Amino acid sequence: MELDAREHIDIELRNLEEKLLKLGRLAVDALSRSVVALKEQDVLKAREVIEGDAILDELAEDIDMSCLKFMARFQPLGQDLRIVSAIMHMAVDLERIGDYGTSIAKRAIKLSDRPHIKPLLDIPRMEADIRKMVNLALEALMEKDIKKAEEVCRLDDEVDDLDRQIFHELLLIMMERPRVIEQATELLLISRTLERAGDHATNLAERVIYLVTGKKVSASQIRRPKEDKD
Amino acid sequence: MVIDSMNNVKIKVENLSLYYGDSPALKNINMHIYNQSVTALIGPSGCGKSSFLRCLNRMNDFIPNTRVEGNVYLDGLNIYSSNVELIELRKKVGMVFQRPNPFPMSIYDNVAFGPRLHGIKDREKLDEIVESSLRSAALWDEVKGILTRSALSLSGGQQQRLCVARAIAVKPEVLLMDEPTSALDPLATARIEQLIRNLKKYFTIVIVTHNMQQAARISDVTAFFLMGELIEVEPTEKIFTAPEDQRTADYITGRFG
Repeated sequence: MELDAREHIDIELRNLEEKLLKLGRLAVDALSRSVVALKEQDVLKAREVIEGDAILDELAEDIDMSCLKFMARFQPLGQDLRIVSAIMHMAVDLERIGDYGTSIAKRAIKLSDRPHIKPLLDIPRMEADIRKMVNLALEALMEKDIKKAEEVCRLDDEVDDLDRQIFHELLLIMMERPRVIEQATELLLISRTLERAGDHATNLAERVIYLVTGKKVSASQIRRPKEDKD
Repeated sequence: MVIDSMNNVKIKVENLSLYYGDSPALKNINMHIYNQSVTALIGPSGCGKSSFLRCLNRMNDFIPNTRVEGNVYLDGLNIYSSNVELIELRKKVGMVFQRPNPFPMSIYDNVAFGPRLHGIKDREKLDEIVESSLRSAALWDEVKGILTRSALSLSGGQQQRLCVARAIAVKPEVLLMDEPTSALDPLATARIEQLIRNLKKYFTIVIVTHNMQQAARISDVTAFFLMGELIEVEPTEKIFTAPEDQRTADYITGRFG
């Protein structure tokens, strides 16, 4: 059967979106497993995450090249152009989220030889929020649904709240027990890493909103008004 | 370019309709065309974009059974009012066509044709006009030694640049181009596009093109026509990234046309 040019473009775009979806799955997976490795002090699992990063990088590179080839061949305009541009940017954000998984996995290994200084509750909660955000952003991309994208932006408020809560909690612990400052600092950095991951998930949502509406939206327009940061 | 600035309007089209016999080819078009800018007209075949272009210098007057309603103002003067001299109008509004159409005479005489028609006889003056027009059309270096040779001996791309030189030799204010590169290879096309970019410093350019990438490359404003209607006119980067109208979006992504 002969495909017309339009069908051809649709198939190519769908392929690009599928690849991005796969990258998204790998990225959230890396982040989730790194946090599980941290919580369960599972060095093996942490090593798996670190080793898996190469696959993520390779896929991100593949997406980048595929987008370039698509643009060279089809010279897309309008929403087609916005989709490719969104995919290129989103691949960078997802690849970064994957890198954060690696970074947390490395800290998990460092923290694996001593008992936790406190039960880890909020960090897994942050990770769960981010997983939800990334998944929602990818659904929003596939379904061209800005409602879902806007929901992502709002969820980032929760991530930021958790980060702040963790900061204050760890600060108290450090004041009380100076001997655990090193461990507490590691956890602090992990929390901050997850907070950054939330920002990248928010970027994903912003890209989808532009892709669908053609209008640039900053997440801050959707989220609650900013208070003074600590 | 500031698109909103009113004093920058070169051509103002007001409620323009065009009929071939009883069937409307253009329906109530309203549009501003801005000075020292390139305006691209796009749309599927038969959408009215070429008809619209031809209304801007009253080329449709030649076609029997056509009727024009509405007004086209050039610098505030209605070109359809009865006291407008067509020869004067066409001096101000030059045109370049789809296929290069040099006259069967020398390169020099092609460019000098318009100025001579408008009464310039002085040889030195004509030499000067021919040279500066050919320079503006980026053709001078290629033809300066062969000015007496027949224009028909030039390549297609050179012929088209000669036609641009011929059009600008009478110092028009507006240059209309009807698919000026559709008969040219990519290299000749690139030269014409570069020429258009250079010429917009001096002229108001309106170009009909089937090639959307070309419109995207060279124009400041793009107007999308469909079935005789002007659907959308926007800054070019807006039309090709995020058009307002769904029909424009469908057309530029190849969903019809």
